[in-house]
Amino acid sequence: MDAKLKLALEKQAVEIRKDIVTAVHSAKSGHPGGSLSLADTLTYLYFYKMNVDPANPQDPDRDRFVLSKGHTAPGLYSALAEKGFFAKEELLSLRKTGALLQGHPDMKHIPGVDMTTGSLGQGISTAVGMALGGKISGKSFTVYTALGDGEIQEGQVWEAAMSAAHYKLDNLVAIVDNNGLQIDGKVSDVMSVYPIPEKFEAFGWNVATCDAHDFDSIHEAFEKTNEKNGKPWVIVQKSVKGKGVSFMEDKAAWHGSAPNDEQYAQAMAELDAVAKELEAK
Amino acid sequence: MSDVKIATRESYGNALAELGKLNPDVVVFDADLAGATKTGVFKKAFPERHFDCGIAESNMVGLAAGIATTGKIPFVSSFAMFVAGRAFEQVRNSVGYPHLNVKIGATHAGISVGEDGATHQCNEDIALMRTIPGMVVINPCDDVEAKQAVFAAAEHVGPVYLRFGRLAVPVVNDENYKFELGKGVTLKEGNKVTLIATGLMVARALDAAKELEEKGISTRVINIHTIKPIDKEIILKAAKETDFIVTCEEHSVIGGLYSAVTEVTGLECPCKVVPVAVMDTFGKSGPAAQLLDVFGLNAETIVKKVMENL
Repeated sequence: MDAKLKLALEKQAVEIRKDIVTAVHSAKSGHPGGSLSLADTLTYLYFYKMNVDPANPQDPDRDRFVLSKGHTAPGLYSALAEKGFFAKEELLSLRKTGALLQGHPDMKHIPGVDMTTGSLGQGISTAVGMALGGKISGKSFTVYTALGDGEIQEGQVWEAAMSAAHYKLDNLVAIVDNNGLQIDGKVSDVMSVYPIPEKFEAFGWNVATCDAHDFDSIHEAFEKTNEKNGKPWVIVQKSVKGKGVSFMEDKAAWHGSAPNDEQYAQAMAELDAVAKELEAK
Repeated sequence: MSDVKIATRESYGNALAELGKLNPDVVVFDADLAGATKTGVFKKAFPERHFDCGIAESNMVGLAAGIATTGKIPFVSSFAMFVAGRAFEQVRNSVGYPHLNVKIGATHAGISVGEDGATHQCNEDIALMRTIPGMVVINPCDDVEAKQAVFAAAEHVGPVYLRFGRLAVPVVNDENYKFELGKGVTLKEGNKVTLIATGLMVARALDAAKELEEKGISTRVINIHTIKPIDKEIILKAAKETDFIVTCEEHSVIGGLYSAVTEVTGLECPCKVVPVAVMDTFGKSGPAAQLLDVFGLNAETIVKKVMENL
């Protein structure tokens, strides 16, 4: 990947991480861990890969993104706000009474949200439906959907995986955010989902893998998905839950809890330091 | 009432095929039951717009939600038990909450499924679907009404649940009948008692009314095809003008027509409402016609309930 572009994406990702931490801190609840693990991928999608326009969020030809792991809404909202779909101030009202930004993504009211999600396993099915709609309408848009690694314990994910391959939907790209943790602990302890790439391969998918916190690696994986061979794509990305905030990293406890004032100050100081470092490059 | 009997699932398949000719955006999903739900009729006419999802109803509902966002008008079909029951949460969260333009064509509702027995006899679907905000719930009584209901559902923007049966039932309405979503139909005037019926119980209520009239009891018969939004006006008029109401439905007494009617009368015109329904019990195997008698879903029971409450 072009070094200038990579630096721009890295800078953008730090801003999105700051937004995530700020929104969850303001809400006093929410899901920072999985939002931070997906932050670089969301940055790549909304600031490089996807054809979306904040001025025309309902464009029928736009690419779509379905956050199947809907609880990491703070990540999606931060990316959408940074992209200009709505004012950044909205992030401060996350989860509050009367707020635009609901606890989980709400397509009816939030500009840029392509599907209402939150109940795990359901988002990927709707993404398959969108991709099918694109195919039979002769449209060339791509549908992206992000799943948690714990989420793929849901049986519906595999019903959806089977159908995407059956309908030959090569306009569909699923991302499995493999941070290895879910609410109750390690995915491998709670209910192992491994091996992930082999499972999707057996279901008839093309598989790519990447380091979820290295834009070169992300770019390489997504470039592969440009190849259309009649099979859907899955990118299994190795990520770190809570990535970018030292005390949140790789801790299941940060799946669904908000930082207190002191923790918030520390998180922002760490992210600001990274931003400064990148600015100096 | 004519002597012709047609199952409303047949009406559904035929109406879909007609609708497909008029509207290229109509697509149909089924879960390995296209022969039974009769979406196979549509499949034969428009194979490129019919998608078999295999035995995976939850995913099917999600596919429909997704494709609806691209401008298509999906009809999803399975037995009521599996599309309203198994996939309830998908209908609620992926279709109902975002108010997507998905039509659910549920067949094999109620105990008239017959020999397959309790696992396949859904007496709870109206209750389940009725609790979803914004969901329209339609339970047509015959072939004429079922076909028109399919067209009305396609025209309505938003989620619609259509309930069809397996058993061939009498054709109550003639060719001049005009289906109006949300509007009850007074099939027969009367001023002593009102029978409010839905689905296959409409024909049975008409039979009961005939017997009651012979006994000198003036009986009004109302067909409530749209259970949500329900026609309050026609129910309140009956509550005011007749001594009491008997509701007639092939569904659990909990959450279906009886509940919907008493929700209206309870608030605005309290009166006696007597249920003829499946009385909080599971179904069982047997020929459908016999089962309807076993569960008291017939004219005889309706007449008995009226006589007891006079």
